[in-house]
Amino acid sequence: MEIIVLIKRVVATDTRVKIGADGTSIDTAGVQYIMAPYDEIAVEKAIQLKTEAGEGKVTVLTVGPNEATKELRTALAMGADEAVHLTVDGTLDAAATAGAIHAGLEGRSFDLILCGKQATDVDDAAVGPRLAALLDLPSVAFASALTIEDGKAVVSRENEGVTEVYEVDLPAVLTAQKGLAEPRYPSLKGIMKAKKKPLATDAATAPENGSTVEALNLPPARADVVTIEPTPEGMQQLLAALRNDKKVL
Amino acid sequence: MAYRAPDFFDLDEMLTEEERLVRDTVRDWVSDRFMPVIAEAYRKGTFPEHLIPEMAELGVLGGNLDYGDFPRLGPVAYGLVMQELERGDSGLRSFVSVQGALVMYPIWRYGSDEQKDKWLPKLHDGSAIGCFGLTEPDHGSDPGGMETKAVATDDGYVLNGAKMWITNGNLADVAVVWAKLDGEIRGFLVEKGMDGFEVMEQRAKHSLRASVTSELSFQDVKLGKDALLPGAKGLGGPLSCLNQARYGIAWGAIGAAMACYDEALEYGKSRTQFGKPIAQFQLYQNKLTHMITEITKGQMMNLRLGRLKEQGTVTPFQVSMAKRNGCFHALEIARMARDMLGANGITDEYQAMRHMCNLESVKTYEGTHDIHTLIVGREITGLDAFA
Repeated sequence: MEIIVLIKRVVATDTRVKIGADGTSIDTAGVQYIMAPYDEIAVEKAIQLKTEAGEGKVTVLTVGPNEATKELRTALAMGADEAVHLTVDGTLDAAATAGAIHAGLEGRSFDLILCGKQATDVDDAAVGPRLAALLDLPSVAFASALTIEDGKAVVSRENEGVTEVYEVDLPAVLTAQKGLAEPRYPSLKGIMKAKKKPLATDAATAPENGSTVEALNLPPARADVVTIEPTPEGMQQLLAALRNDKKVL
Repeated sequence: MAYRAPDFFDLDEMLTEEERLVRDTVRDWVSDRFMPVIAEAYRKGTFPEHLIPEMAELGVLGGNLDYGDFPRLGPVAYGLVMQELERGDSGLRSFVSVQGALVMYPIWRYGSDEQKDKWLPKLHDGSAIGCFGLTEPDHGSDPGGMETKAVATDDGYVLNGAKMWITNGNLADVAVVWAKLDGEIRGFLVEKGMDGFEVMEQRAKHSLRASVTSELSFQDVKLGKDALLPGAKGLGGPLSCLNQARYGIAWGAIGAAMACYDEALEYGKSRTQFGKPIAQFQLYQNKLTHMITEITKGQMMNLRLGRLKEQGTVTPFQVSMAKRNGCFHALEIARMARDMLGANGITDEYQAMRHMCNLESVKTYEGTHDIHTLIVGREITGLDAFA
C-alpha cells in the first residue's frame, strides 16, 4: 500500500490575524506555523492504513516555502517514511498548487492520495478534487471513514444528516474530514529518527496563478456583547431581552 | 487563551529543527492534555496518574539516556522538555525529573547490566515508577550526615533508616535508596512491598500539590546482593544524579516563569480599569519588562548551559548557578504575576499562584538557593563554607 499524503504549512489556527502593509497578505511577524489540522488527520490515517496492511510506504508531499521542511519533519516524526518538498516563492492559488503537485507526482507510483479536506488558511477545499481531475482519478471529498477492502476503498462521508458510503477504485484521491482519524503526537523517538528519513527537495513546476488576491479585509467588529450572569436575576434579564428586544419568545 | 511562549531574543533560531519539534510536541501535549486537568488535580492534591502512559508514549521518561531504543535526546532538547513540562506545573516536571534523572540515570550509570535490563525498559514505558531516597528527616542540605544504614549479611544486606520529602514515593515500584555501608554511601534498589519497607504520603502541603511526596521507612529490610548499585561509591553517586536533576530544574523554572508572564501579559491587555487596559499603566509595564528581561536572561543561560553539557565541558558550579538563578527569578516572577492579577490572582482559574506556591519548593529542593550560593561562592573564592 503506497500512500501519498499532501500537506500544507499554514498559520497556526489560534493566530490573531493582522493585515500586512501590502493590504493583500497577512502580517507574518511573530506568527507561528503548523501543519494544516485536516492534513494532520490525513497523515495519521495513512500511517494507520500502512500499519494495518503490514507493508507499504507513506510519502508526505508539500508545495511550500523553504521553512515547510518543519511540517514535513513533523509528518516523518509521526511515522511517514519519506518526504517530498516542492519549493515555491510566494503563494499559489488552488489550481496552480494542484498543477504543481501533478507535475511533482510524475514518475511516482501510488495506490492512494490523501489530503485534508481544506487547508485552514484560504479554505478553498479545492486542491484535492482539482488534482483528482488532473490525474483523471476517482475522488471523494470530506471522508469521515475509510477502509481498504479487496483492493478498493470504502469511504463514508456525512452529508446533511445522511451517511453516504462509496466504493472507490484505486488509485484515488480522498480528502479527510474530522473523524477520519485522531492525529497522534509525534513521539520524541520519532522526531530524533525523522532527520534520518529521506526528504527530497525540488523547485515546484507550477502553472501561472489564475486568480490573485486583490484585497484582504478583516471582518467588521462585532456588535457589543451583553454578558448576563448565570443567576436568578440574570435569567429574568435574559427572558426580558428575548421577549422585548429580540421578540423571539 | 492559547499559550504564547515568550522568545524576546529569537533564541528559536539557535535551536536545531529536532530541538524545536521536541519542544513544540511537548508544548502541545501540555496544552491539550495537561492544562485541562491541572487546576482540579492541584485542588484535590493528586498527581494526574492517568497521563503517565501518554507521557511514556511521547518518550519523555529518561528520554535523554543512551540505552536501547530510547529517543536519546541531546541536553538542549531534554532541557526544553523540562521547560515545557514545568510550564504546565512543577509537579509534572518533578515527576519526570525524578523518574529520569534520579532513578533511571543512576541505574543507567551505576547499575549492573541485569539491573539496567530489569528496570530501564519498564521505567521508560511507564509500567514501573521510581523514586529517589537521599534526604532524611534530620539531614537535608548535609546529606553526608545520613543515618540510614546497610549492613552486609551472608546473602545480601539489611537496611534500616528513614527518608523524607520523597517525590513519587507512594507511586514507586522501585526506590533508589542511599545508605551507608561500612561508613561509605552506596545506592540500593529497594522494591515495593518488601518486608519492613513502609511508605507514607505527606499530604499536608501548600506547594507541589499535584505531586506525590512521601516518607520512606526501612526496618530490617532484607535485600539481595543484586540490590546494590555496583558503580556508585561515596557522596559523588547521589550528587551526580542531583546534578542531572538540577540541570532540568534550571530549564523547568524558566518554563514556569514563562507561563506566569504570558498570563500576566494577556490579563493586563484585557483587564480594563479607569477606562483603559491595565497593561497601559507604567507600573504594569515596568513589571512586565522586568519579567521578560529575566526570562530572556534565564533562557540564554540555560541554552548556553545545554550547549556546554553537549560538548561535555559543563561544571557542577555552572549547573548550580543556573538552578539558583532560574528558581529565584521564576519565584519572583510568579509572585509578581499573582500581584498583577489582583484578586483574580488568588483563584485557581489562573495559574500564577499555583506556580508561585510550587516554586517555593523548587527553590528549596535539590539544593536550596543558599546552598547553591555557597557552591558558587566556594568555586569563585576557593574558600569552602562547608568546611
